[in-house]
Amino acid sequence: MSNVFIALQDTDEARPIIEAILADNPQSQLTHSPAMVKIDVPNRLVIRRERIEEITGLPFDLQRIHVNLISLSGHIEEDDDQFVLSWKR
Amino acid sequence: MAVKTVKPYRFAPRDTVDKFPAPILYIGWEDHMMFVSPICLPVPPDTPFQALMDKILPDAYGMHPDFAKIDWSKVQWFKSGKPFVPEPAKTLRENGLGHKDVIRFRTPGLEGIGGAYF
Amino acid sequence: MDTRVEKKKLSLRERYHLMTRGLGWEPTYQPTEKVFPFTAYEGIKIHDWDKWEDPFRLTMDAYWKYQGEKEKKLYAVIDAFAQNNGFLSLTDARYLNAIKIFIQGVTPLEYYAHRGFAFAGRHFRGEGLRVACQMQSLDELRHTQTELHSISVYNKFFNGFHNPLHWFDRVWYLSVPKSFFEDANSSGPFEFLTAISFSFEYVLTNLLFVPFMSGAAYNGDLSTVTFGFSAQSDESRHMTLGIECIKFMLEQDPDNVPIVQRWIDKWFWRGYRVLTLVGMMMDYMLPKRVMSWREAWEIYGEQNGGALFQDLGRYGIREPAGFRDACDGKDHISHQAWLTFYTYDPVAAFHTWVPSDAELDWLSAKYPESFDRYYRPRLLYLREQQAAGTPVANKNLPLLCNVCQIPMFFTEPGDPRRICYRESVYEGERYHFCSDHCKSIFDHEPEKYVQSWLPVHQIYQGNCFKPGTDPTAPGFDPIKAVLDYYEINNGRDNLWYDNSEDRRNFEAWTAEARGN
Repeated sequence: MSNVFIALQDTDEARPIIEAILADNPQSQLTHSPAMVKIDVPNRLVIRRERIEEITGLPFDLQRIHVNLISLSGHIEEDDDQFVLSWKR
Repeated sequence: MAVKTVKPYRFAPRDTVDKFPAPILYIGWEDHMMFVSPICLPVPPDTPFQALMDKILPDAYGMHPDFAKIDWSKVQWFKSGKPFVPEPAKTLRENGLGHKDVIRFRTPGLEGIGGAYF
Repeated sequence: MDTRVEKKKLSLRERYHLMTRGLGWEPTYQPTEKVFPFTAYEGIKIHDWDKWEDPFRLTMDAYWKYQGEKEKKLYAVIDAFAQNNGFLSLTDARYLNAIKIFIQGVTPLEYYAHRGFAFAGRHFRGEGLRVACQMQSLDELRHTQTELHSISVYNKFFNGFHNPLHWFDRVWYLSVPKSFFEDANSSGPFEFLTAISFSFEYVLTNLLFVPFMSGAAYNGDLSTVTFGFSAQSDESRHMTLGIECIKFMLEQDPDNVPIVQRWIDKWFWRGYRVLTLVGMMMDYMLPKRVMSWREAWEIYGEQNGGALFQDLGRYGIREPAGFRDACDGKDHISHQAWLTFYTYDPVAAFHTWVPSDAELDWLSAKYPESFDRYYRPRLLYLREQQAAGTPVANKNLPLLCNVCQIPMFFTEPGDPRRICYRESVYEGERYHFCSDHCKSIFDHEPEKYVQSWLPVHQIYQGNCFKPGTDPTAPGFDPIKAVLDYYEINNGRDNLWYDNSEDRRNFEAWTAEARGN
């Protein structure tokens, strides 16, 4: 089984996204580098809009992750509610 | 034509001998990577091979402490990687060396500074 | 009582479909093949463009919104950095030589990518793909501009930043990235996407951007960090375009598989060779190092790349032909490259130096297989000669690989004592290569590479002098004449760091900033 990963800027704006990923992907491994947070998950990583909204208390447009996104790996599936990276389509 | 194209694709090679002041010869000294790669020199084809040992190689490689220790009688020569026995009195052309040929010389027993092939 | 009718919001997929697919039609005024003349000649068969899955569904309005936000953030940081003389916070001015390589060798590639994606954005038949390419073309132009802006602050204070576009077209080591991208831009649209979107921007991107941007973060270069992370989010969209295009081609027709495999082999290797400069940068040019090239290769090349090619195995794709040799090179290429630039520093537009003892120890620890055996003794010799006032400089021009155009300093896979020599004869002319893989690239499409503009040969052909230069004049110095043609300021842009104006200035200014 291989890891997918997502890397985000280490900013205030990205914090709830990072927290949401950790909450919804129990096998996450987080690595902190200057200005960057990388999260590796075996096989499948999901980011759920509802979880982010729960954390911030505000509506969230999932496409906003573009503003703080650095890099990723895996196949992407996105809709209005979730953003998934995985190694199987 | 191996490259796929929408119309005929043919261009003159950039580096034919007529474009240079003399045919190009590449020379490499095995085990001496202070000279990071083989060197590229235009050398007139009527240059005697001996001139390499007398002038061209000393100019290029003399700064290396191993160079003065070379026993030319023991040097192994290679052309395109295959053993090659040059006739020093003959010219490069007569020795079969043409444009963009590559020769190497190995100096047995000399393995560069600190034995690090440098 | 009125019944409340919920206005249904279009889903992301529906919105995207309306704002892209609706833009295409079958032309009736001209045959389709005339409107799209490049779609078939590469041999790629596409039966159903409707099967194209848009990787990121960014409609133009969302694109403007998010890109606009990123720009505002970025320029605020660039301004703050410039206003506050941010360069005084750099660990050391040696670091800036990494950024010189970036502006000279990477920024022009952003512009080439802009041009390449504009072409692709015109010539693919599928509208979804055309839209994605057009957006990428804008992104790449944005990258060109933001890099030039972010780095321009350094041009006010340091050498080696003033002429990157002029150098890119002429200077010997810059023909490496230039020829790479011109090879891509002169390919058809499908190969272009395989080369750039997939091989460069998916497989290898993390090996370019993360080292430079992390290097910037570790060394106090806020300006470059901010640009880097801002660009990298665009890169995520680019990456997904690459993987999507690969899957699409492989799923459309089994006949596409060998063509795509060949492209993957070629472009993995060409991209890997360009990354030699990055390896050298990571290991030698960052006063505060992030990780070694070897470590970066293991994470991003072997693990990440390995996972990817395992996934693509279901289509019949195997790992690139040069993958094993690239793994073999991880212990060597950075050191070999640094030694090359050190000994050719008189003709390069950035500075090099011999690492300090602490840095040599770091290298020993990171490269237990190779450093102490081969490279430490060499660097110590360079240090000794530099201290004696006779720095080691290669006085003769090198043999360049005909394909990657790098001096042939690479060694045989498995034997770091031997330079790797390969050659081919084509139509009576002999050509030389650094590796089996560059040779294979030549052998497959020789008509392309017989045209290689090799800087060393061009110098000997007399094409690298300013008009009016007389090589027969007494006292003619060809090196000075070439530097003049290059517009490299001799004595300021080139030569070793220790005696450089950059060093003197940086030390004086930081002392001034910390004293009274």
